[in-house]
Amino acid sequence: MSDSQILERTQRFLSFLRHCQVLGLTVEHADSRGLTLRLPYSEKIIGNPETGGVHGGAITTLMDTTCGISTACALPELEVCPTLDLRIDYMHPAEAGHDIFGFAECYRVTPTVIFTRGVAYQRDINEPIAHVVGTFMRMGKAAPAAMGKEGGA
Amino acid sequence: MSDLNLNELVQHAHANNDYDSLIKLVPYAKLIGIECLRLGDEMVFRLPQNEDNIGNPLPAIHGGVIAGFMEHAAMLHLLMFMGAPHLPKIIDFSIDYLRAGHYRDTFAACQVWRQGRRVANVAITAWQTHQAEPIATARCHFKIDEP
Repeated sequence: MSDSQILERTQRFLSFLRHCQVLGLTVEHADSRGLTLRLPYSEKIIGNPETGGVHGGAITTLMDTTCGISTACALPELEVCPTLDLRIDYMHPAEAGHDIFGFAECYRVTPTVIFTRGVAYQRDINEPIAHVVGTFMRMGKAAPAAMGKEGGA
Repeated sequence: MSDLNLNELVQHAHANNDYDSLIKLVPYAKLIGIECLRLGDEMVFRLPQNEDNIGNPLPAIHGGVIAGFMEHAAMLHLLMFMGAPHLPKIIDFSIDYLRAGHYRDTFAACQVWRQGRRVANVAITAWQTHQAEPIATARCHFKIDEP
């Protein structure tokens, strides 16, 4: 699948998710290696009124969505993959007034489960706000045997 | 916001059994629509059914909203019961999704397993129909000593 097909697929996927529209999530970049989404800064998602920093819940939503849709970068056909679990470690608080980007990649694809990992960042992906790992179930079509090998990233 | 303001707000909320002022403090909590219900000495948090929280055409609630609801419930729980002097800051958050979060009201209750001087460990359970059949469980650490 070409990178433009992956981009189109991830944009379509995102457009189905109402809460993501409420937050204003957009696809920043998508290719076979992974997905980057943008969460625009807005006052309605502030979690700390003293600093104006974004709430962890909005960052979790960004990263759950990024990890979840990153499965579309690694699978030959679109499948619905519900989240099994997700863990976020905060390196430092988000800086007020700046958009947040989420990057995620699938680092292992099996016939039943997809393992993803990613980061949330603002100015520099090498200085992330948070590290994330998430595991997703494959509910979709019977997986081709080829997917059992190292997939995604 | 000074310590005094926050403590006063908490005491006022407890005295009047009205937690609106605490909810209004945080814009994100208003966005997703969190509510607090006091049942004796227990606190149950409610996330009313809301179209804007849907994250799946099923329809089902977005997993990130469920996580945000549980994280905020844990933070409020610490504020209300443990005399945390400032808004606790999240260190890490881990969630297991057990059942689909259907398009209906969701509830959450918290358990503080340990509160040290600097860090608190909180477990959160979220359910829709029966508390014994949770849709998600989560655990998190908060830093509680920062000004």
